[in-house]
Amino acid sequence: MNIDMDNAVTFAREARRFRLLRWLRRISQGVFLALFVLLLLFTNIDALDAPDELPRISAPVVLFLEMDPLVAIGTVLSTHSLYRDLLLSLVIIVGTLFLGRFFCGWMCPMGTINHMIAAVRGGRMKGRARLEANHYRPAQRWKYIILVLFLGAAAMGSLQVGLLDPIALLTRSMALLLLPAWNVLTQDMYAWSMQTQSTVPDFIVTPVSWALHAVLIRAQVVLFENTGLVLLVFIGILAANRYVTRFWCRMLCPLGALLGVLSKTSILGLEKRPSLCSNCNRCALHCQGGDNPEPGTDWHQAECHLCMNCVASCPDAGIAFRFFPSRNESTQAVNLTRRTVLLSAGAGIAAVPLLRTAVHPDAPPNPALVRPPGSVPERDFLSRCIRCGECMNVCPNNALHPTLLQAGAEGIWSPMLIPRIGYCEPTCVLCSQVCPTGAIDEITEKEKGWVPQVDGGSTENPLRIGTAFYDHGRCLPWSMAKECIVCEEWCPTTPKAIYFETAEVTDREGNYLWLKRPHVDPALCVGCGACTYACPVKGEPAIYVTAVGETRNTQNRILLEKSSGSTHGGG
Amino acid sequence: MQDEPLSRREFLSRSSKAAGVAALVCVGGWWLHEPERHPFARRTEQAVIRDLRVPGITPSLVVGSGSAPAAVTAAVLAGLGGMEQFIAKGDTVVVKPNIGWDRRPEQAANTNPDVVAEVVRQCVAAGAKKVYVTDITCNDPTRCYNRSGIAAAAREAGADVLPPAEARLREVNVGGAMLGMQKVFDVYLDADKVINLPIAKHHSLTKVSLGMKNLYGILGGNRSRLHQDIHNSLADLGNFLRPTLVIVDAWRILLRNGPQGGSLDDVEERRSIAASVDQVAIDSYAGAAYFGLTADEMPWLALAERYGLGTAAYETLPLKEVHA
Repeated sequence: MNIDMDNAVTFAREARRFRLLRWLRRISQGVFLALFVLLLLFTNIDALDAPDELPRISAPVVLFLEMDPLVAIGTVLSTHSLYRDLLLSLVIIVGTLFLGRFFCGWMCPMGTINHMIAAVRGGRMKGRARLEANHYRPAQRWKYIILVLFLGAAAMGSLQVGLLDPIALLTRSMALLLLPAWNVLTQDMYAWSMQTQSTVPDFIVTPVSWALHAVLIRAQVVLFENTGLVLLVFIGILAANRYVTRFWCRMLCPLGALLGVLSKTSILGLEKRPSLCSNCNRCALHCQGGDNPEPGTDWHQAECHLCMNCVASCPDAGIAFRFFPSRNESTQAVNLTRRTVLLSAGAGIAAVPLLRTAVHPDAPPNPALVRPPGSVPERDFLSRCIRCGECMNVCPNNALHPTLLQAGAEGIWSPMLIPRIGYCEPTCVLCSQVCPTGAIDEITEKEKGWVPQVDGGSTENPLRIGTAFYDHGRCLPWSMAKECIVCEEWCPTTPKAIYFETAEVTDREGNYLWLKRPHVDPALCVGCGACTYACPVKGEPAIYVTAVGETRNTQNRILLEKSSGSTHGGG
Repeated sequence: MQDEPLSRREFLSRSSKAAGVAALVCVGGWWLHEPERHPFARRTEQAVIRDLRVPGITPSLVVGSGSAPAAVTAAVLAGLGGMEQFIAKGDTVVVKPNIGWDRRPEQAANTNPDVVAEVVRQCVAAGAKKVYVTDITCNDPTRCYNRSGIAAAAREAGADVLPPAEARLREVNVGGAMLGMQKVFDVYLDADKVINLPIAKHHSLTKVSLGMKNLYGILGGNRSRLHQDIHNSLADLGNFLRPTLVIVDAWRILLRNGPQGGSLDDVEERRSIAASVDQVAIDSYAGAAYFGLTADEMPWLALAERYGLGTAAYETLPLKEVHA
């Protein structure tokens, strides 16, 4: 009797602690989600009120990607090195080895969004249906298979983890879709409020436009090409929560799978006390991971997100999280046979040469694939780029867009310059600064070398990204007897890569005109695309940029140049 | 399932519901199909002319030289009779320097920041309620505003530095020979006074970029098409926006590789600043004095004269030289 009383007091204290932990978890999720969005916003330096300093990224804007163990392990496999601050991933790795998947339950912004959507009751997501959907199911193995596939491909030098890594996926979805959509909405409303000032009284319009101005992200319209599939994937992930709680986290997430594998050594675990349990199933009803917390079943440690919902909702002290829990019921580790692992890894490895058979080594590089300045050679690029979209997010000119098949199926959603929409800003190196994996190697303004520096920088060896060419049939002075030379006006190099000859031209009435006809000097052109951007000929421009001449590919050239490293200019 | 006979009441109620909704849809459709709501209807909007010149001032030409740009600017303004001549108490003023390119002041692609700051200070001192400094740049606005030194200098002098914003462009009919509907930054449509503050620099199509060329920066949208008839376009811009005052910064002038330059070899230090309320005369004078061009070599001047914007014969205006 006395012992029971003591136990009751202990259990009540324990239950309070778990409820407190659940609140801490909720706060942690909120803080990390807010931090994630804030860092994305800090990546946009194009605020409506120009800051007094030149654009420079000082906040750790890619912190989440640098902490991401899947990005770190994936790039280690594909490049045999750990780029810059990817070392931060050790924080999560070590934490997981001791505690389990705390990242999934407490930190992951994608997990938090899924959690919030799944938490809305209704439709199929209540009562018995919810309970049944919450039991562990064999389909939860898919994510391990996806993980092993990706790691197999990474070992072959093709880094595909970013397609489904939750941090890369959410960064891409937010930066390329959600923030631009918000921006278009607020800009339209702001424009409307500024234009109704004469018809609506000031005391209404002024606060409204002030508030809209405050929530504007960028002063210009920023939209991205080729994002349809990004949107479908993102909406699919969110919608799946209406059928199975955190469907994405349980079934598909390769980062969750990796952390599940790492959680095998965890010293924190769920202790089940069947003698105290009244089989109310509340724990299972609120379970996020689908790991069978209820006594009488096997707990799947690798599936648990440590959300604390089960222990916080238990009325009987039938379950508890403890360090070094006593194992009076069996605990299951990752439910995967050696055969499945080997087959998945083999498939991942085989996929890479199969994907690459589509590209003959002698085939010229895709002329439309103009990579941002500082990009490493294409093979290395594909072993580093995780398609997070941060380079596109930070680009002040909206010049970088995700590819579809321009870089092959292997390079979907990697960055490419579309000069018609925006040119590469001559003094800007922001994309190289934010790239978390070194696909765009970090460069300085001087290394880029496009603009002469007052402080004595050299423009003799610029980092070229392509070369411009004229389409004489569309060019006004070349074929329409009209003046123009906007391209020459915009050309940023010194001396300008665009020069002109003055030619005598007859128009259709037979009048003689002297017109300036532009030419490109490929020895000076850096491929920035300012000419294409400014060209007044809409539709196909009269001057366009292709990747030929790019510094990163010694084969993709026009002119005979003295090769570096050889005094005789040989190979 | 058993068929219930349809009662008269139910028949009437269900049919009238359907008929009611149908009637609403029809009325709505009829109302929406009015011809003036046709999406492709051509808008013929009244032309807007922003004549911001102060009446009763006899045009003159003041040219200053000296050792510091701010002091020379102040001397030039004093030579014109003081800023109070142009700015009334409570005025909203837009100062429009050239901030087009991501270049430092030494590269002479943008207006000298000290000149901008001095003009702002004098506007504030003359009682202006608000002084905006703005330009729709070519390069990334944040870089242009900062690297040019203009954002910091103007802000310190008391101006509101307004970067270009898509949402603040308003489409108006500027009523020119070439230019009709154009997207204009809304500050120019609401301001009481505009001071045009170009830098004198080379341009390969117009030979030189001066006051009227600087007015490109009030436009958003597709302004690169304007080059196809640039002289008419320049005159049209000057006709639409007739500035209160034009001050040409020739402290450093860009001789080659304009309008953005880059190399210091292309820059010449002229240490000169010129101003006039006559925007044709000042362009004509600056072209002649700094680039050796005759009025015939600057065809937009004659077109602007035809609008009655001023005279290209700057020699006919009283010339005052000041030194500081």
